[in-house]
Amino acid sequence: EHEVEKMFTLKPGRLPQADVKNIIFFVRPKLELMDIITDNVLREDRGRAPQRDFHILFVPRRSLLCEQWLKEQGVLGSFIHREQYSLDLIPFDGDLLSMEAESAFKECYLESDQTSLYHAAKGLMTLQALYGTIPQIFGKGECARHVANMMIRMKREFPGSQNSVFPVFDTLLLLDRNVDLLTPLATQLTYEGLIDEIYGIQNTYVKLPPEKFAPKKQGEGGKDLPTEPKKLQLNSAEELYAEIRDKNFNAVGSVLSKKAKIISAAFEERHHAKTVGEIKQFVSQLPHMQAARSSLANHTSIAELIKDITTSEDFFDNLTVEQEFMSGIDTDKVNNYIEDCIAQKHPLIKILRLVCLQSVCNSGLKQKVLDHYKKEILQTYGYEHILTLNNLEKAGLLKSQTSGRNNYPTIRKTLRLWMDDVNEQNPNDISYVYSGYAPLSVRLAQLLARPGWRSIEEVLKMLPGPHFEERQQLPTGLQKKRQHGENRVTLVFFLGGVTYAEIAALRFLSQMEDGGTEYVIATTKLINGTSWIKSLMEKLEPAPF
Amino acid sequence: MSRARADEEEYWHSSKFRAFTFDDEDDELSQLKETKRAVNSLRDIVDDDDDDLEKVSWSGEPVGSISWSIRETASSSTTSLESRDSSLPKGSSSYTALPKQASSYSLSNLFKGRNKLPSFQSLSDALSDTGVKNYAPELRRPKAEYKDYSSDWSPKDTVRRMQRGKVCSLERFRSLQDKLVLLDEAVAGNDGNVITAVLIFLKRTLRKEFLFRELVVRQVALCHLIHFLKETGEQKFLLDLLRFLDRTEEFALSQYREHLSIQDVEKRREFLKGCIGLPFSAEDTAHVQDHYTLLERQIIIESSDRRLEKEGGSEIFRKYPRKASILNMPLVTTLYYSCFYHYTEAEGTYSSPTNLKKTFKIPDKQYVLTALAARAKLRAWNDVDALFTTKNWLGYTKKKAPIGFHRVVEILQRNNAPVQVLQEYVRLVEDVETRLNLATKYKCHDVVIDTYRDLKDRIQLTAYRCKVERGSAEEEKIDSILNNMQIRWKN
Repeated sequence: EHEVEKMFTLKPGRLPQADVKNIIFFVRPKLELMDIITDNVLREDRGRAPQRDFHILFVPRRSLLCEQWLKEQGVLGSFIHREQYSLDLIPFDGDLLSMEAESAFKECYLESDQTSLYHAAKGLMTLQALYGTIPQIFGKGECARHVANMMIRMKREFPGSQNSVFPVFDTLLLLDRNVDLLTPLATQLTYEGLIDEIYGIQNTYVKLPPEKFAPKKQGEGGKDLPTEPKKLQLNSAEELYAEIRDKNFNAVGSVLSKKAKIISAAFEERHHAKTVGEIKQFVSQLPHMQAARSSLANHTSIAELIKDITTSEDFFDNLTVEQEFMSGIDTDKVNNYIEDCIAQKHPLIKILRLVCLQSVCNSGLKQKVLDHYKKEILQTYGYEHILTLNNLEKAGLLKSQTSGRNNYPTIRKTLRLWMDDVNEQNPNDISYVYSGYAPLSVRLAQLLARPGWRSIEEVLKMLPGPHFEERQQLPTGLQKKRQHGENRVTLVFFLGGVTYAEIAALRFLSQMEDGGTEYVIATTKLINGTSWIKSLMEKLEPAPF
Repeated sequence: MSRARADEEEYWHSSKFRAFTFDDEDDELSQLKETKRAVNSLRDIVDDDDDDLEKVSWSGEPVGSISWSIRETASSSTTSLESRDSSLPKGSSSYTALPKQASSYSLSNLFKGRNKLPSFQSLSDALSDTGVKNYAPELRRPKAEYKDYSSDWSPKDTVRRMQRGKVCSLERFRSLQDKLVLLDEAVAGNDGNVITAVLIFLKRTLRKEFLFRELVVRQVALCHLIHFLKETGEQKFLLDLLRFLDRTEEFALSQYREHLSIQDVEKRREFLKGCIGLPFSAEDTAHVQDHYTLLERQIIIESSDRRLEKEGGSEIFRKYPRKASILNMPLVTTLYYSCFYHYTEAEGTYSSPTNLKKTFKIPDKQYVLTALAARAKLRAWNDVDALFTTKNWLGYTKKKAPIGFHRVVEILQRNNAPVQVLQEYVRLVEDVETRLNLATKYKCHDVVIDTYRDLKDRIQLTAYRCKVERGSAEEEKIDSILNNMQIRWKN
């Protein structure tokens, strides 16, 4: 409708031929992208007629640094318009917003660059403009404090923003990722979490190996198996997925088989349909039934793929070690399994996840243990990883126990982070998402709702960063008169990333009958242990320019 | 990463829209026509807004997203959350309160009802200067309007304007005092983009020493400058700064990082040599030293092996041509290489495994694992045997494995060792349970039979008889054991 001829992915080299007058670049303000654009512009054929005009749109903000960079490359003048497209929070699902700023954690904790927090605050201001001022703000961590300060300031500086929207959210909870470094390191055990751990969900899409999705028709004889990866979209619009996404994987199988029975029973109905009216009714249900059937087929295939991995010996060993660490067993000595993995040259990220997990669960490793791991890693994977190890230390994921005191057991016990009697099928506690470990971040949210943080002051002091409470005045007309039995709505904002398992745990709390609180989740980025550690690793390949 | 890229590509190429053509003449008439057309098309958007919302969502069908985003820019930043409308009500059963609230602020309201919502107007103006305006006419805005060089903005206003994405001239802030006020305003504004822009300006216009000194008392700005220097690769300036700040370890690491961008190995080696003296932490110094020594070794080994391979005189290189050069490989890989090609060399040579082991203090475990893997790959079973044989002072030989024999068996099996070889090591696995498991798994019948005999387990042994081949030597052996009257079976 805007008469856009064609859209292309950004890549170096000559721009594709297209008979257009205007070319618009939509980009994140990153220097490496600027280099690609520079390349594009410089290779543009000057002689062609008519000349094409270039425009650039930065998402979410114009970056003066990028423009400076373009200027140094001598191409800034080629852009007729330079604008910004202020997209802060992108909706991912009915209850989930993400800024998709993958380097936010690195920038905040490694580089002390808090620009992403500024954008988070801006996003929250926009959100309040649409959904009303949030009367209560709680937070834990340095970044949380910073965002709350900026919000208060922005509100003061723009008194016009006092709006007359009836508030939807009762509470905003800002949480720093570094308050809970443990959770993302553990392997997520919900259905969606495992899909993400194994295949990586990108912007709600996942790509899967095609073999299991081959059409099972006879006569085709497996000749033309699809070779393209199967691409699926995952969100709660799909009824079946909404039901199983947040379940522990061990509970998914029974749901799938139950669904299979229901669907085949529904298809059987046609034999009972006798009158024209009945047949008509059956036919009208067909599209829905067929959609349900294909959705069931897809998820059965995915579950099979995942099962192959979760039943493997290595997955089991890895999980056993994780669970030992999280329940506080043998966290103070060199772990045999980790050593074996290094010797067999398992992927470095896997090793780093485990070592960091051990470090976090022991409030830092003994110097001797840490040195041993470091040496083995450097000798096996290359000395240049000194840089990555240093980054991890700076972010607090890896450290030596300096104070000599291990706080983790106290934190674990007070917050009940480890539950021995976990029910995976019919959970009664959030610990089901990690089959025993209750994510610290979500526990904090849960305890805030009831009985309040005052009960855990001591533990809060052990966790990094300040905790605080702010109130934003509402005009009297907008103050909520709560109906009996009406739920409170809390927006939880994870600064530095959130995992699918944590989201599942919050959704579980929302659905608890006597919970009294519903949660909406916002974050800088959806992460898992692998993508998170990767964002902290030093880029070892030389830059492409 | 490349996966994701291919992903995107597929999506971009699959979408096709009509061309967005401007008239080439620059006269007023065509501009007017164009504006009209743009306005008309805007009405289209507004009118079919409601049906449209569904495909507009980022979480939904992606085809609509680009048009959505353009429309987004066209309206204002405040609408960036509009698409929540579309995605919120669906799916989440636990969630009902939000969408109703939001629906009264649909896109069309923002367009039509701007005056009816005064609070909104001020907000959108405040949050973003792009404000409520339509897109096409804006594309036509003359270039000159951009250069907004008004000269009497206060530092505070300048920062505000920059936060809204306007270009401001900073040149008029001449005195050091003015510049610092500007910097402080930028820091107070929290927008890293603006802070960096001001820093670039200060960096250009101030003497290093002045800038550094002032940054010491402005930590936030300092962090941004360091980040900026890292991003842009202004190594020299960065090193000067870190040295000035006395952040020695960071300085050392930052210098060390540079080696990654040096492609030529000789130059890289020289560079690493220079790194050794840098103020790293004690452990890191040792690692960097090792890194240098390793690369030095690799260069020597590589040049001699490449020659050997070319001349074709060496059997091992003829039989197993090298797949890649050893340069820049990790230490353990290098050790594997040397166990593969240079196993028998005397300790004196640079390429011998024992020399590597000694120089880099490679732990026994690591060494044995690596040597085992390399020798098993070459099917040099005698070497494997020697690896685990130790002589005590009486001259008796004994088998010992620092990694446990079950691991030895695994590695041998992975390299397709014959049963005779495998069986010898399975027998050495201490834990009976593990031994039986491995022996059964890899069909080392002798070991299974002997173990059951030692356990005096007649039932298991009888059961195992069915698993061996009829009339084979194993069957005979079992029979003879079962018939042996001297064994006191436990069952």
